[in-house]
Amino acid sequence: MAAVTRSRPRRWRRPPLIADRRVRWVLIAVALAYLVVGAGTIEVNWTRLSEGLARSGRFLSGFLVPDFTSRASDILQGMIESITMTVTSTVAGVALSVPFGLGASRNLAPAWLYVCCRAIIAFARAFHEIILAIFLVAMFGFGPFAGFLTLSLSTIGFLAKLLADDVEEADPSQLEAVRATGASWWQLVTWGVAPQVMPRLVGLSLYRLDINFRESAVVGIVGAGGIGATLNTALDRYEFDSAAAVLLLIIGIVMACEYGSGLVRRRVQ
Amino acid sequence: MPIVARSDGRRSWRHIMPAMELARFAGWLALVALTVFCWRVMTQDTIWAFVENAPQQAGDIFARMVPPRWSYAERLWRPLWDTINIATMGTLLAIVLATPVAFLAARNTTPSVAFVRPIALLIIVSSRSINALIWGLLLVTIIGPGVLAGIIAIALRSIGFIGKLLYEAIEEIDESQVEAIRATGASPAQTMIYGIAPQIMPAFASISVFRWDINIRESTVLGLVGAGGLGLALEASLNVLAWPQVTVILIMILATVVASEWLTARVRQHII
Repeated sequence: MAAVTRSRPRRWRRPPLIADRRVRWVLIAVALAYLVVGAGTIEVNWTRLSEGLARSGRFLSGFLVPDFTSRASDILQGMIESITMTVTSTVAGVALSVPFGLGASRNLAPAWLYVCCRAIIAFARAFHEIILAIFLVAMFGFGPFAGFLTLSLSTIGFLAKLLADDVEEADPSQLEAVRATGASWWQLVTWGVAPQVMPRLVGLSLYRLDINFRESAVVGIVGAGGIGATLNTALDRYEFDSAAAVLLLIIGIVMACEYGSGLVRRRVQ
Repeated sequence: MPIVARSDGRRSWRHIMPAMELARFAGWLALVALTVFCWRVMTQDTIWAFVENAPQQAGDIFARMVPPRWSYAERLWRPLWDTINIATMGTLLAIVLATPVAFLAARNTTPSVAFVRPIALLIIVSSRSINALIWGLLLVTIIGPGVLAGIIAIALRSIGFIGKLLYEAIEEIDESQVEAIRATGASPAQTMIYGIAPQIMPAFASISVFRWDINIRESTVLGLVGAGGLGLALEASLNVLAWPQVTVILIMILATVVASEWLTARVRQHII
């Protein structure tokens, strides 16, 4: 019997993320090649950049001494528009995403309704808010109403999809039990589905409130009302201290929203 | 148990107690009142004639948008390449910057819970609160229009996202493995490499890929504020009311987003 001698690795090594060595090296080579080519095609205007660095100093000092007062009425107007837009669009979006979400759940809706609702949701999700805003401003005119429509539409795209996925993942034995008592479709939804998806729906709605506020600052850039318009004007005039004031307000409100929704979510779940 | 006694002495089961029901009703009422109030304030200056006119406007725009000017597509390859570059390099830059922030923010790896952690959390929340488009607006005024502003804007927005998800992943790791590595006499750096890194690697990879997908979406529109990519072409076409070109750009954006979604889905399947 021949002695089988097999050389064993003496040192232990961490297993790599990608097990196949060839795949790993090819991926690394492709990534490096891309980085070199990609970085090569970035055009940088160095004189403009060095000018900008001086300006960034001014911007940072604006953050240390934000100017809330000299544009106070613009900022107030923008904030009121942003906040009202956020509240109304979240309520409208959530209210509409419930029927769309139920319609887009395969275990509750017939096939034709399922296809329709999924198509509407996919459409609402496909385009970035700002592109929707451009078109809605063109149709409905400037102002927060167009922003309200934009945010409601993207809320439907976000919430209805997640709700539908949740309903489809709901425990079928509970639905079966409710159905076995002779419940109608509405009773099935209220007693079988709602208790299972409600906590997450509440959490997601609060999260969406947060997102809608952040987005309301963006849609103003294309004329759909809100604090974004104020910010855009301030930056166009190189008034960095007013812009810093707006940014600090946005950060503050988002933090407050997150803290508040954290409290509510803990109570619900 | 939500059981109430009825007037005839029998007890009946209810979904919730009457007091709770009243509280819920009050809550709903407050929400409706707030919404109506906000609606009134918001629509104060709305010109309803424009709103009523909207279907006609929509038809008008649609009529101008078709047929798409397909010949314009060949001038979009360079903006498309820029868009992909902005998303990819921005994500890479964000990963490099967000990883240390995440380690400083996680309760179990931060050097000081009282001082360093709040600062790291503040960086994360500030970065998350401000949309990439606003970062873009800011950077375009500071360092001038172009792809570089887009890359930095994407990176600044993504730090908060990657940092938040990563520090939550770090906080959820199994401490006993870290303990085991430490018990072998490993230095803090070795503990990090052999104890913590392997546990967060899958989360790290999937977070990065997920953010890259979002960044592709965002970078298609960053050009609207002058930060390079397809958005720049969109802005140019919108400004001259070249609607047939807008259609081509929108189709291009849609194709890019769908392709990136497909790609990330494939990569995530391989990772997880």
